[in-house]
Amino acid sequence: MIFDSNKMNQSEFLKIVLPFKDKVYRLAKRLLVSRDEAEDATQELYFKLWKNRTKIETYDNVEAYAMRMTKNYCLDQLKSKRASNLTLVHNNYKDENTSLQKEIEYGDSANIIKKMIDNLPEKQKMIVQLRDIENYEYPEIGKIMNMKPTAIRVALSRARKTLRDSFIKKQNYGIV
Amino acid sequence: MELFKIEKLIEKYLNAETTLQEEKVLKKFFLQDNIPTHLKEYKYLFNYFSNSKLERVSKSITLPKKQYNLRWLSIAAALILMISIYTFHQNNVREKEEARLAFMETQKALNLISYNLNKGNKAVAQLKTFENTQNRIFINNK
Repeated sequence: MIFDSNKMNQSEFLKIVLPFKDKVYRLAKRLLVSRDEAEDATQELYFKLWKNRTKIETYDNVEAYAMRMTKNYCLDQLKSKRASNLTLVHNNYKDENTSLQKEIEYGDSANIIKKMIDNLPEKQKMIVQLRDIENYEYPEIGKIMNMKPTAIRVALSRARKTLRDSFIKKQNYGIV
Repeated sequence: MELFKIEKLIEKYLNAETTLQEEKVLKKFFLQDNIPTHLKEYKYLFNYFSNSKLERVSKSITLPKKQYNLRWLSIAAALILMISIYTFHQNNVREKEEARLAFMETQKALNLISYNLNKGNKAVAQLKTFENTQNRIFINNK
């Protein structure tokens, strides 16, 4: 009997949290870049949610809560990665530049935009992800980012203008 | 939709003043093929946004199955251990008791035998005296 009720809890839990698993993954991938790391982060987040499942019932917006946890977890991951191997990060930049060069030659616009978003400050990057890709309303983004709607709009406006400007610059060079 | 309206929406979009509904209109507009050159960059941007939303996590998510059961499992294991120790102990006590009883029974039986044997011995001793007297009489008379 114990085992049955446990199973039921798990399926109930999954019914609540699985619908937004791709959004969690996409946010993780936006921040961590690598697909494997994003998948690991998604798995880790669901472990954490499962551990906190008693709390979940008390939240009115589980999805925003989960996205916020994802954001915090990924930022922590980035922080520890940067702290542990600075040289590797430095090498990565080199690699990115050469691969960017290649993509420019191929004229791959999607990859260029991805790189441009990667180059945005982290806050702007996340807000672009949440608004322009996931289409969240401002109050939800506010909950996820722990920011006021006006601050979100300022950051988003800046990000959108930066993206447009850097794309136009590339166009003028005849790259796209 | 007229180009003029789109341009106005883009202005709002860049200032982060558009609603989700208006952003949908923009996305839809830039999905078409004939976009004026001066707006081309938005076509790439909005297409990128739309395509990015299609990406899915490929690994399936697993949850720890044993975590909750383990607690009950350990309680059950402890109970079983305690019960088996108790019954083992009880068995030992009972065996000892049985052995003691058997010993006492044997002792009783042996006591009885020795008592009866002694009784017989007395009788035999009496017989011996009788025989001795008889021998004395008969031998003397010879």
